[in-house]
Formats: sequence, C-alpha cells, structure tokens
Amino acid sequence: MKTINLDYAAASPLDKKVLDKMLPFFTEHYGNPSSGHSLGEMPRKAVAEAREQVGSLLGAEARDIIFTASASESNNLAIKGLIAGGKKKGNHIISSEIEHFSVLNQLKTLRKQGFEVTLLPVDSDGLVDPEELRKAIKEQTVLVSIQAANPEIGTVQPLEKLASIAREKEVIFHTDATAAAGWLPLDLKKTEVDLLTLAGDQFYGPKGSAALYIKRGIRLVPQVEGGIQERGLRAGTENVPAIVGLGEAARLAHESLTDRSEAIAAIRDELKENLLTRVPYMHLNGHPDKRLPHNLNLSVEFVEGEALLMRLNMAGIMVSSGSSCTSQALKSSHVLAAIGLPPELAQGSLLFTLSERNKVEDIPYITEQMESVAALLRNMSPLYHKFLKEDQINA
Amino acid sequence: MPDYSDKVMDHFTNPRNIGELSEADGTGEVGNPVCGDMMKFTIKVKDNRIEDVKYLTFGCGAAIAVSSMVSEMAKGKTLEEALKITNKQVAEELGGLPGNKLHCSNLGADALHKAIEDYMEKHGIKSASAT
Repeated sequence: MKTINLDYAAASPLDKKVLDKMLPFFTEHYGNPSSGHSLGEMPRKAVAEAREQVGSLLGAEARDIIFTASASESNNLAIKGLIAGGKKKGNHIISSEIEHFSVLNQLKTLRKQGFEVTLLPVDSDGLVDPEELRKAIKEQTVLVSIQAANPEIGTVQPLEKLASIAREKEVIFHTDATAAAGWLPLDLKKTEVDLLTLAGDQFYGPKGSAALYIKRGIRLVPQVEGGIQERGLRAGTENVPAIVGLGEAARLAHESLTDRSEAIAAIRDELKENLLTRVPYMHLNGHPDKRLPHNLNLSVEFVEGEALLMRLNMAGIMVSSGSSCTSQALKSSHVLAAIGLPPELAQGSLLFTLSERNKVEDIPYITEQMESVAALLRNMSPLYHKFLKEDQINA
Repeated sequence: MPDYSDKVMDHFTNPRNIGELSEADGTGEVGNPVCGDMMKFTIKVKDNRIEDVKYLTFGCGAAIAVSSMVSEMAKGKTLEEALKITNKQVAEELGGLPGNKLHCSNLGADALHKAIEDYMEKHGIKSASAT
C-alpha cells in the first residue's frame, strides 16, 4: 500500500548529506574531542565547525552556541539554569499559555518553589499581544520565555517586537525556537534575544541533537554537572556524530532556507485549499498567514481525532491529532484550548506537518481519503446526526 | 496509536449495527465532547427481549469498538440479561483494552443500560438492578 507521511514534525528522515557527514565520526574519527593526542583532533575540529554552522543559521557567533541532546534539555538549561544563577531582582517569570511542556512544566515546578508565573493568553489565531507583555512586566520580572512559533497550530509570534519590549524593560528574553529554526529566518543581529533553543531533528538533522544560544554576559548554572565540556555548561562527552549532523543540517537549512520554505508552503497551501473546499465542515486552526510553512492544523467537525487518525492510517496516511484520546495523559491539547476552540473541535483536530518528501501529486489521494473517512465517521456520530436534525428544523 | 487487539481493530474497521432506530422504545446517552467520547444507544423491545439495537458514537477507536461489541452482545437478550452486561465483560470480549482506555471509552454498557431503563420507565417496569 502507498504510504504518505504527513507527520514529519514527530520524526523526519535524515538528509542523506547529513548522514554522510556523520558516518565517519562513528568508526573512523571516533576520538574524544577532549583528548590531548591526535585522535581528538578531527572530532574537535568537527565540533568547532558545527558550532560555526549553527551560529551562522542564527546570525550568531560560534562561541555563543552550546550543544545539548534535546530541545527539552536546552529549555531546561535556559530557564532553570538562569533562575539558579545567583540572586535575582525578583521572582516573577512571564511566558505564554501555548508553550511546549518542557517550558510549562518547569514553570509549574518553579511556581511551587515560590515563583510567580504569568502565562500570557493568546488570541484565537494563537498570537501573543506584545502590549500584553509590556503590561505584564514588572519590577520583579526576571525572565520572559515565549516561543518563536507554535509546533501544533504553526502560529509565528512577533518575536522581534516581543524581544525588544523585554530588552527595553531590561528583562532577559528566552525563545523556544524549536519549531521555527531551519524554517523561518532567525537573525539574532536583528532580533536580539538572550537565549534561544533549537533542535536538529526538526530540520532533517539527527534526533538527540540540539543547541542553546546564550548571549554573552548571560550567566547560567549547568543542569548536568561534571566535566568542563561546552564551556562547563553541559557536562558529558560530546556526542560528536550528532553534533556534526546538527551542524550540517544547519548549514543546509541556512543555504536554502527561503527556497525550502516557499516550496513546502506551496504544497501545504494546495493541500489546505483542497481539504477545505472538498471536505465540508472543516476549520483551520492557527493563523491564516503568520504560520510555519510546513504546518497545517485542521478540525474536522463532529468526529474525534483518534478515530480519524486510525482510519487515515488504514489508508496509508499518517497524521497527528490534538484530541484527548491520542495523548498519553488523555487530555486534549492545551494549545487548542488556549485559542478558545470548543472541546468538540479540539477533539477533531488533525495536525499535518510536511517535509520535502511530500508531493503535490499525492494531494488528490489525501483529499479523497479525508472525504470518505470524514463521511464514514460522521455517519456514526451523534453530534452530526443532531446537527442534521437541527439544520432541518431551521430550514 | 495505542496497541489495540485484533478484535478491537475488527470492530473499529467494521462496526456492526450503526445508526439510530427511528421509533425507538428506549434511548440512552452517555459521555460528552470534553472527555472525548459520546454514545447514543436506541433499542427496540419485543416480548421483554432486545429485538434490535443501534448506536451512534463520537469517540476514539476503543469507543467505536466498544459500542459495536455491546450492540452484538445485547441483541436477542432479555432486558434482565442485558442489564447484567458489564463494561468489564465488554472489554474482555474485545480481547482487552489498553489501560488508559478502560474508563473513558468503555461506556457502552452504561449507554445500553440507560436505554433499557428509559424503556422500563416509559412502561412502568421497575428495574431490579440499577446501573
């Protein structure tokens, strides 16, 4: 059976060029960058080159990049590492309601430890209002952490504006750019943030490869203590192949960022148009224009996401959903709740994330399958039958 | 996607007895969209037996399979027998359900019982075993 992956944010294949660059570092140049002898030389140089490449992607200096093993780890180093670092002028942190759990759960912990946390609301498109941030900042505010783009609804925040408000008020600004890095231009010379998280597996790099940008002068306390790798901010022998892979993925993304994003957005838009025209009662979630080029989030009214996901999977189409049944915690998406989506629409949400492997030629098949799966599940939905009855009465 | 048994996948793929009986003798509804699962059972009763049963379900794979299984288990049973069907039995008949689906999606027997009780109430029959 034909399979069409539309869930690339969950996992993407490595770019072949990335893999080729990594391979020698498993068996040939396997040395430890910390070694004084010649075996350490190639790995050391490769890690330095990767640091340059990640820096270039962000318009930052190589020495401001720290390698970690996941975006979650980077977010933990940024937030907990900053909070742990010495006496602060206050105990107030600002973030948003639609952050990733690797930010939100830390804030929950910090709240228990006595910190005051303000989670800024978002509008129905998922945007944080910069004026709300301005109003929320007070004398005691020590950190603002707002994501660059949301991985679920794709909405891109006005990062430059948000960062400049924090700067103006002299508050440290962290952005979780995991979903945005490699897809949206991020130039830290223009958008001055203090801390930025990214992960290689979101732009065809290896899993377990991530980084944290730390602006010079920002003091962090390591969350993994031990040796003095990564300027003493992250102990542990470097995962050289992963770092090399992240560097190469960053180089490739930097090289063709605009072309890549435009090409994928064209396919995404075509898919969106087809689905919204051909399948009745579907709704777009997230901002119509200010969104990640490879992200599409739609709610299929009257039906539930896991059933949709399973039926589509039977047709060879892989997607993701924000319904409670598809989450391990059995809770529907906090992001969809934050944009004010009614529960039945959140339950019927489908997340499509594309990669350069997706083809425009597959769109008719995807649309056809969506049409029949939606019709089949609606036929057995009490919500749909109720709607039809009310519709008849109104007519 | 959770690991569902072959039986669950069979009932999910080919759900039996879908629909809503137009002149139902009893109707039972459970669940709401917030928790993610809703079921509506309608029954036809003849000579104290469930002559026909249909359901409409909004929910995950497990919820759909559960509804389908309950409809099969209930058909032809006397009201007393049908009232004894438990959610646990339904899960067993399906070859088990993933742990986290045992409570939220396994509402089929409750919906069926509500439909039976609705019928009994309309006909002034006292239920021996309440749900």
